[in-house]
Amino acid sequence: MAEKTHPPEPIVRWNSGRADRRRRLWRRFRRRPMPMIGLTLVVAFLVLAVFGPLVSGDPSAQDYLATLMPPSIDHPLGTDDLGRDAFARVASGARTSLQAGVLSTLLAMAVGIPIGLAAGFYRRWLDSIVMRLVDVTLAFPFLVFAVGLAAILGPSLRGVVLALSFAQLPAVIRITRGEVLAIREMDYVSAAIADGATDGHILFRYILPNSAGPLIVQATVAIPTAIIGEATLSFLGLGVQPPTPSWGVMLSDAQQYLDQAPWLAIWPGLLIALATLGFNLLGDGLRDVLDPRSGP
Amino acid sequence: MLWFVLRRGGAALIVLFLASVLIFLGIRALPGDPALVMAGEDATPQAVAAIRHAYGLDKPLPTQYVDYVGQVLSGNLGRSTQDQLPVGQILVERLPVTLELSALALLVAIMIGVLSGIVAAVRRGRLADYVATGFGLIGLSVPHFWLGLLGILLFSVTLHWLPASGFIPFTQDPAGNLQRMVLPALVLGTGFAAVLMRQTRSAMLGALSADYVRTARSKGLSETKVVGAHALRNSLTTVITVLGLQLGALISGAVVVEQIFVLPGFGKLTIDAVLTRNYPVIQAVVLVTVTGYVLVNLLVDIAYALLNPRVRLSGGSRG
Amino acid sequence: MSLLEITDLTVGFDTEDGTVHAVKGVSFGVERGEILALCGESGCGKSVTAMAVPRLLPSATTRLSGSIKLDGRELTVLPEAEMRRIRGKEVAVVFQEPMTSLNPSFTVGYQITEVLRRHERLSARAARARAVELLELVGIPAPHRRVGEYPHQLSGGMCQRVMIAIAVACSPQLLIADEPTTALDVTIQAGVLDVFRDLRDRLGTAIILITHDLGVVADIADRAVVMYAGRAVEQAPVEELFARPRHPYSLGLMRALPAAAVVGPDGRRRLTEIPGMVPSPLSDPQECAFHPRCPSAQADCTASRPPLERHGDAHLAACFHPGGHP
Repeated sequence: MAEKTHPPEPIVRWNSGRADRRRRLWRRFRRRPMPMIGLTLVVAFLVLAVFGPLVSGDPSAQDYLATLMPPSIDHPLGTDDLGRDAFARVASGARTSLQAGVLSTLLAMAVGIPIGLAAGFYRRWLDSIVMRLVDVTLAFPFLVFAVGLAAILGPSLRGVVLALSFAQLPAVIRITRGEVLAIREMDYVSAAIADGATDGHILFRYILPNSAGPLIVQATVAIPTAIIGEATLSFLGLGVQPPTPSWGVMLSDAQQYLDQAPWLAIWPGLLIALATLGFNLLGDGLRDVLDPRSGP
Repeated sequence: MLWFVLRRGGAALIVLFLASVLIFLGIRALPGDPALVMAGEDATPQAVAAIRHAYGLDKPLPTQYVDYVGQVLSGNLGRSTQDQLPVGQILVERLPVTLELSALALLVAIMIGVLSGIVAAVRRGRLADYVATGFGLIGLSVPHFWLGLLGILLFSVTLHWLPASGFIPFTQDPAGNLQRMVLPALVLGTGFAAVLMRQTRSAMLGALSADYVRTARSKGLSETKVVGAHALRNSLTTVITVLGLQLGALISGAVVVEQIFVLPGFGKLTIDAVLTRNYPVIQAVVLVTVTGYVLVNLLVDIAYALLNPRVRLSGGSRG
Repeated sequence: MSLLEITDLTVGFDTEDGTVHAVKGVSFGVERGEILALCGESGCGKSVTAMAVPRLLPSATTRLSGSIKLDGRELTVLPEAEMRRIRGKEVAVVFQEPMTSLNPSFTVGYQITEVLRRHERLSARAARARAVELLELVGIPAPHRRVGEYPHQLSGGMCQRVMIAIAVACSPQLLIADEPTTALDVTIQAGVLDVFRDLRDRLGTAIILITHDLGVVADIADRAVVMYAGRAVEQAPVEELFARPRHPYSLGLMRALPAAAVVGPDGRRRLTEIPGMVPSPLSDPQECAFHPRCPSAQADCTASRPPLERHGDAHLAACFHPGGHP
């Protein structure tokens, strides 16, 4: 954040190898505190989602003798209205959250990258049609998709993942296409074309690896958006259905017991906020390093 | 300029047409035959066929689509399966609540977001920048519904300053209305303000390092003029574009906030309709949302052109 | 007393890699009505030197020392509010990129009247009439129409004339022109230079012309300061400099001019270029910065840094082995 300005006149830059470049990028990344905090939060979130449920016990085990208990040694985060352990539910909720975030992003990338590559590389009618469709898709508010899908498929994690990945699709297509357009003008690509390289070779050997930076940055934006999206839909009853643990469902339940058990409304929300903050900080840091062209 | 408006208007009409086709097909893709549902479980095939004929469901799809559009344009959106009220009438009752909420939230967002974005850019690398940037990151990371719950927890449950939920029409009791709307509007506006702040800051940083700002400084203009006239004027186009792009988020956010604060608005109507499979209402709600979204985007485009002489004078597109 | 007196000016910028010194102990003066060329390759510190005068360098990261006196007033310590009264009024600037240096959102007329209303306190109507006159002065046809147009409706050469109109609006004593013709087509360059010459003759404005093009220097300047790696290595009246360049670097720049092209063994005319690269601004050893590229470098060039010494009447050069006649 405390970037110093460079002198207004250009300074000569010396060429350096690829490994050297990677080391320099890592140094630039590591020197700033914010991205490192982000990385720590993201790793903590992954650890909670992967290992949390293994140590926490059954998130669905009910105990009618211990409902709405404040945090204690037995239940470090307290219990809910059915006497279920809040920590166990929070840990399993992290897993649901991670699934929704990662699956929807992977799905959007798997569908969007080939479309973007094809549109940017072959141009002509394909490009016009794809870009018109992207515009139309952008005209739909995300919730409209989610509502439509929930109406058609019934509320479920599957519907949530589909709606979330559909919502990211236009961004993925746009970014990939833009990168293809920029990279195919580079000298080394022209040289490869002149050497008679096949389209597939050019696309996957030259263009795709060089578009990785902006796509990685897009993923770090998409995952937290999807985490919030999943929680929102589940909170509204349009997403993950009880008894599957989800942070959104937990908050929806907690709303009824705000005066008796306010802590139930704290944990899931705090975790959503921290996980999202982590990805956002990490994304900002990666953007500075990998994709300096676009601003925050 | 006229040419520009016509072209944008045409594009908006095409989007609306495609959207209406999608909605029309989407409703027909729903599981279950509406005629069977309406006729009841043990109706004779003749009765089902009669209903099908009465509702035009036996006609070819394109004809059905034309009928559907005709109905919508004449204001007939069908009846709610829940209480048999005309959907049009329900919408007229619910929309003002959401519009008030959105307008108030937008006001909050613009006041906080744009101002703090400008301050952060001008005071780059200083305390004010860190505070604003930090606020932006946190605002971006905290989901609406949690912020809403925290707000209720703090102001209603703990401090008893504000009522937790409910709605009073502005025309009945302005003070009571605002008292109940202030927390929802703040909650909805905060996330928005964070996005606006980040975009305003980045646009202003770009503008402040632009050559024309250096020119403005070389004229001996005051910093207020350099920032307020030269840099801000060019950042405003970005801010307007972001406002347009964030509209979908505002609509989604309004749905959530209405749910938390139990405001009888458009969003609550939507969720209730989905949960009770009230298809005529879902259809109307989606159609109205998309239409509103497309119209506001058209207005944003026109505002953008008014601010940008390059677009205004050539009728070209953005960028 | 000279109009402008720069003494031992040093400018550094804080960067992630440490402080970069762009200008190291530069001294020179500008007389009233004089056109002084500040020349050298990009990165030599000529723009930084000139922009330090109206204090247009990024204040947060700039480390500046030395003295800059305009009409006897020390500019480096002047309060910002007073500096603002000098900028645009007494010292005006024309920048390199005319297309991006004008604000795309305002009309040409607004951008000219703005400076008039700020410094001359003219009414809107009077300022507008004056703007039309100024556009006419800098040679823009149909000024009544152009005054209401936006920068994107004008060509690059037109935009540069508008920039000049803004700069001379308040009849400044000193005009700083940073590579004013570099971004323009060759055919338009001569016209813009004529405007500068004309302004000097009519208004008596002193001009600091920053350029890497010695052709421009020969065409318009009275005196030249040659800079290399943040230092002034030679300064002399233009005829004297071209007749008897002392510093091997100045000689190299002249040999790179198209007019000085040498006929090679294959019968073609070819330009001689100066071999090698400009040294990194991060390091500053006690030696002649030009020695790795210098044809007449000897052992003593790396032993210490050659001081700026007098070689004739108004001719200074910093070299242990100055050339005599080319």
